[in-house]
Amino acid sequence: MDSLIQFAQQDLGNPGLAALLSNPSFAFIQLMNSFSQAMNLFIIAAGLSLIFGVLRVINFAHGAFYMFGAYIVYSVAQEWTGNFWLGVAAAGLGLAVMAVVIERGLFQYIYDKEHLMQLLLTFAVVLILSDVAKIIWGTDQYSVSYPASMKGAVDLGVTFYPTYRLFLIVVGPAIAIGLWLFTERTRFGRLTRAATQDREMLSALGVNVPIIYTGVFILGSVLAGIGGGLAAPFNSPTPGMDATIIVDCFVIVIVGGLGSIWGSFIGAIIYGLVFNYGSVIVPNWQDVFPFLILLAVLLVRPWGLFGKPEGGNA
Amino acid sequence: MAQLEARNLHTSYGLSRVLFGVSFEVEQGSCIALIGRNGVGKTTTMRSLIGLTPPSEGEVVWEGRQIAGLAPHTVAKLGIGFVPEDRRIFPELTVWENLDIARRPAEPGRQAWGEDEVFDLFPDLKDIQSRAGGVLSGGQQQMLTIARSLMGNPRLLLLDEPSEGLAPRVVETLRERVRTLKESGLSIVLAEQNLGFVLALSDTCHIMEKGEIVYSGTPDHLRENRDVLDRHLTL
Repeated sequence: MDSLIQFAQQDLGNPGLAALLSNPSFAFIQLMNSFSQAMNLFIIAAGLSLIFGVLRVINFAHGAFYMFGAYIVYSVAQEWTGNFWLGVAAAGLGLAVMAVVIERGLFQYIYDKEHLMQLLLTFAVVLILSDVAKIIWGTDQYSVSYPASMKGAVDLGVTFYPTYRLFLIVVGPAIAIGLWLFTERTRFGRLTRAATQDREMLSALGVNVPIIYTGVFILGSVLAGIGGGLAAPFNSPTPGMDATIIVDCFVIVIVGGLGSIWGSFIGAIIYGLVFNYGSVIVPNWQDVFPFLILLAVLLVRPWGLFGKPEGGNA
Repeated sequence: MAQLEARNLHTSYGLSRVLFGVSFEVEQGSCIALIGRNGVGKTTTMRSLIGLTPPSEGEVVWEGRQIAGLAPHTVAKLGIGFVPEDRRIFPELTVWENLDIARRPAEPGRQAWGEDEVFDLFPDLKDIQSRAGGVLSGGQQQMLTIARSLMGNPRLLLLDEPSEGLAPRVVETLRERVRTLKESGLSIVLAEQNLGFVLALSDTCHIMEKGEIVYSGTPDHLRENRDVLDRHLTL
């Protein structure tokens, strides 16, 4: 082991790799960072994937929804009430309202249209929302405090780790299981799966499919809002944060397989691990990692890890 | 007054016109059959009635109300069940889930269909409740697609080519099940190419050709006039 560390330090000239090998608690912190980042990204990506899975619309405005979630938490938690959880609830509620307006007012008209039309419309929404955000919140960078009950760190034996980030690691799987139970065990979930498979037949059975679409769009958007709200303490709300997150989310969703909850879950974990360990070992390549993951998966499984080949039947 | 009345239906898919003035009536509790070769407009007539391909001209009067142009889910809620030609089972949903999503309460005072009643009629489905719809045999899928529409408690069933692609023994079972449904008071519009099936179940037969009804008569009349059948149905 010592010779390996020496090899990394002296022959490769890579202090990051040497630190990972020589310092177990440093390596462990990277692992935990990977998971907490992954779980936050998962919440947002799951919403994007859910919406695409049912509505077949790639919503580029999903990143803007995330940004609004973060801003709303800043206003409600930081400026008005001082209660972080109230802020997150307001972010979810605010996004639900935005989702209804945008889906009923705009998106419902483009489901049968070609992809280019959908792309243009959702991109137009991105531009409008980012300007609306600038009108409301300006161009400052805001800081949001960690919730009072989750300041400080927990002793994990190996090392101390921030309580709030631990909380994220727990909340991600909880949301994954909740979403899974929703789609598999509730009647609304069964209806959404049926709508994915044969929308026309479902309507001929007396189901008002547009209402299901609205419901799914609300759910997916609320996930973006809550994801943005939960990210606010470590990702300061600021203009442009929507563009960064949407790229990360696309990578995760495509790696995992469009429309698959567990695909997004695994995709997010892969993303977190590669990003965090990669940043330590080859810091200059940080921006390239998402695309390297994407490339690697697309070469082997173009339909993603948990997805199904296009046109293939179950 | 007839329960369902199609008046002068003209329907097209884009620029291609398929129906040229189709009219017929369905009395409450009766079974009318649309027969004819492939492509004469039987399926299009069904789709026009349920609202999936609304007619560009003509009226559909259901229990005294004009329903042409209404959304399919509204038509279905008014009491019309649709059993499509290609069955269209949700392949990734289980048999039970396929039934559950179509569930709708019956009108008060009428005998209601739920999974228990459906399994009484199609006992084979009961044992495969948790199997995915996509792996069922053709016969099982046909039973399921009828069972599924019954879950919505319709008063009229649009039954499109139920015997297509099924083994003769399965067709026979199916015919008896449909007869049971008819005897329970359910009205049926049946599109079929299997003449035995049609003659056994229908009260009135309409032969279609090139988007029009070219002959109407009772099954007995058809049996006595084989030349009509030969003229319109043989290739």
